[in-house]
Amino acid sequence: MSSKPTCPMSHEEAVDRYFLEHRAKVLDIAAFLDRLDRCDSVQTDYRVDALRKCVEVLLEKNSARTEKILVILSDQSKKPLEAATEQGASGAPNPT
Amino acid sequence: MTYIDPHIHMVSRTTDDYERMALAGCVAITEPAFWAGFDRSSPQGFYDYFRQLTDTEPKRAAQYGINHHCWLCINSKEAEDVGFAREVISIIPEFLDHPTVLGIGEIGLNKNSKNELVILEEQLALAEKHDRLVLVHTPHLEDKLKGTLLIMEAVENTSISPDRVLIDHVEEHTVGVVLSRGFWAGMTLYPNSKCTPQRAADIIETHGTERLWINSAGDWGPSDPLAVPKCRLELANRGHSTDTINTISFENPLNFLSKSGRFSIHS
Repeated sequence: MSSKPTCPMSHEEAVDRYFLEHRAKVLDIAAFLDRLDRCDSVQTDYRVDALRKCVEVLLEKNSARTEKILVILSDQSKKPLEAATEQGASGAPNPT
Repeated sequence: MTYIDPHIHMVSRTTDDYERMALAGCVAITEPAFWAGFDRSSPQGFYDYFRQLTDTEPKRAAQYGINHHCWLCINSKEAEDVGFAREVISIIPEFLDHPTVLGIGEIGLNKNSKNELVILEEQLALAEKHDRLVLVHTPHLEDKLKGTLLIMEAVENTSISPDRVLIDHVEEHTVGVVLSRGFWAGMTLYPNSKCTPQRAADIIETHGTERLWINSAGDWGPSDPLAVPKCRLELANRGHSTDTINTISFENPLNFLSKSGRFSIHS
């Protein structure tokens, strides 16, 4: 099978199934940002800056929000690094 | 219904997991060589790992009626030391004729460095020389998009046909370009990164089922060896057909893995 099925659920069925799960997730994001506000000093962090840009995308009216957010969270340079100085990833491109 | 988990690291899982997977309908798995959570201190450590993948795990899986195949390589996280990586690559041919070895994998990139790319190209050459399938690991998080593009370019510089290469860990920003260039694509179902079962179902609804599979990539980190049946349940709960569910979790893995000439769901 190679066709592209759309979501078989009705809008109401999808909301009924997923609303509470995503209500909790948006509260988690809000609580995380509130938590940062309560920390001992006001700082900026490239990961939080990227997260704030992602939150803005959520309010856009299109059907490719996930892809757009993933691109915001991606290193968009083209050339290989001279050397890998670490093994891990931070989740957002470090501008430095 | 039965299913295949085409990417799971059972060396990091308990025997109880084999039992739970069998109870959930798993009949076959394939296990790529990967990073153990630490850098190995010698090529001999890889030799023993390859013995574990080719001898020990098939026997452990068979106790629960699951057929086990594997892929061999040095992973990209341990590829920065080119000399070390080449010593490991030199071991691989000794194991390639083992009947359960399907190909080279999971090779790829981690931080998208020049040395990682050199070792990727040398392992693609190994697959090319021995006419083997390739299973590709794409980088994590912010490095995935760039790495996926570099990897596809490296494959396209060889004579390996894209339809003999599975590019794994795709997400919404990479699945389209991977499929459009003729590769197979794998969605890895993780709780905190890569794809959740819900997002994998969304991608199937957006991109269809052609040349696409799902896997758990269960390992020593946060992961779920029952992620494939959970995604099947997600698809069923949404009202997708048995045909769609079977295609994504059984027929597609069977079709790609059978290109090796060695894969079977029966031991």
